[in-house]
Amino acid sequence: MIGVISYLVFFTTVASILAIAVLGLNLQWGNTGLFNGGVAAFFGAGAYGTLILGGTPQAGHLGGFGLFYPLAVLGGMAAAGVLAWIVGVATLRLRHDYLAISTFGVAVAFENVMRNAEALAGGAKGLRGFERPLRDALGDGFVYNIAFLLVVLVLLLATYLFLERLVGSPFGRLLRAIREDETAARSLGKSPARVRLTAFVTGAVIMGLAGALYGTFYAFVSPQDVLPTLTFQIWAMLIVGGAGNNRGAILGTFLIWGAWTASGWALSRFAPIEAQLYAGSIQYVLIGLVIVGMLLWRPQGLFPERLVVSQSGQG
Amino acid sequence: MAEQVLSCSGLTRDFGPFRAVDQVSLEIRTGSITGLIGPNGAGKSTLFDVLTGMLAPTAGTVRLNGQDVTGFTPEKLFAAGLGRSFQIPRPFARMSVLENVMLAPLAQIGERVSGPFLRRSAMRAQERAIRSRAMEVLDFVTLAPLADHPAGRVSGGQMKLLELARVLMGDPAVILLDEPAAGVNPTLTGILIEKIEELNRQGKTFVIIEHDMDFIMRHCDPVVALAGGRVVFQGTAEEAQANPVLLDAYLGAGTDA
Repeated sequence: MIGVISYLVFFTTVASILAIAVLGLNLQWGNTGLFNGGVAAFFGAGAYGTLILGGTPQAGHLGGFGLFYPLAVLGGMAAAGVLAWIVGVATLRLRHDYLAISTFGVAVAFENVMRNAEALAGGAKGLRGFERPLRDALGDGFVYNIAFLLVVLVLLLATYLFLERLVGSPFGRLLRAIREDETAARSLGKSPARVRLTAFVTGAVIMGLAGALYGTFYAFVSPQDVLPTLTFQIWAMLIVGGAGNNRGAILGTFLIWGAWTASGWALSRFAPIEAQLYAGSIQYVLIGLVIVGMLLWRPQGLFPERLVVSQSGQG
Repeated sequence: MAEQVLSCSGLTRDFGPFRAVDQVSLEIRTGSITGLIGPNGAGKSTLFDVLTGMLAPTAGTVRLNGQDVTGFTPEKLFAAGLGRSFQIPRPFARMSVLENVMLAPLAQIGERVSGPFLRRSAMRAQERAIRSRAMEVLDFVTLAPLADHPAGRVSGGQMKLLELARVLMGDPAVILLDEPAAGVNPTLTGILIEKIEELNRQGKTFVIIEHDMDFIMRHCDPVVALAGGRVVFQGTAEEAQANPVLLDAYLGAGTDA
């Protein structure tokens, strides 16, 4: 029994962390129409930033500044934000597919830098030497995991409320207008460049928060954690949940992460021995089919964007 | 106020070797309704694009209220008092009709990220004011019953009215309308004309591209004709109607009808 609960705690923690990243992508894509193909880089910047700033000193690579944990998290988020700002200034003039290609390239570059720059990030072996906060007080077991889950849930809720208020405001209206028709928005006196950059950086900072929590949870991050696979999974979660709908984004995350975990378990259990090697690939095929199916039959997602009439004037 | 609210001189726009707008000089009188006519491909919409900053001119200058605004961005020109609609309507399709209109006012507190968090009560007060003004404007263009509909689902004619409503929210002094009556049923066209004339009496200046000669002759003065990117005629509607060359070349429909 405790095993099941323990597993549920683990599952919910990871899904909630990913949900935060999906919310960040929803701000960029769902609300603003910015095709970020490099989610993994911003997630990774948060994870690496937090672990470098908050870890214990290590021989052989940068970091181990041992910063107070919340400061390390803020630092990780800032790292994601700075990366997004640089990428944004360089690429946000690009539309749709071109933006997707260039941000995808940024993520591949990020992964390769992390993999090869041993002095910066520990290289392929990843970053170790991070002490999870409050470990002395809470131990390493079940209690700690429950406490950490609560923190993650509070941050997920805070992110959700922040975004709901943001997209329900005239700023959100502006994002949607730019997503729908930038030329028309300009003809009505709106400057898209600033708004697009703001949304891109804000979304990336949120992805950075998710990365920071992910790094904290495992007390470890390596280039394997920032593969394009992650970007792909996060996109699948948003598409299934419903781009433009924050609740949909969260539910889509739990559904896809559940399906991912279940299919992995089922394949390891039931697939013939000789197919086990390919089981991982079959998971990608399945998720790919889910995405294609959604785009064909329900492109708006399970929970479509609601037609908001800006709420802020009603209260 | 200056006699000419909007003017351009020597305005030229090339697309590669093709000259779409060729040395156009116009003076738009404050409070007038100028009709801009000409065959397809005459450069009318391109002229609008250059006047509103959507396209940079190859040569020439644009002046708004006496100020040289050549090379200004569309957003800056809208803020300076120049609004426009599009030949093919550009609604924000997945936003409600009301939201389309509420977008337009300039300098909204809530358009900054800090607004909904740090200046909440000021933002809400402003939103209430914008909302009630938006409802008034929608009422004015007869779209109030559709306020909560997705803008992408209303009819083509209603989209034309919606574009007019959006532009009106910014309260520009000069409004450029690109074929406001094209594809609009007679009832809506009637409403549109009525609204344009009412706004004109309130002091708004209009420049209207239109192929419906009846519309042009009845409601526009002066009339400007473009052909091959050049101004080939400028004068009153009567003069346009009395001009045999113009009638034959560009107003064929006018003589037959």
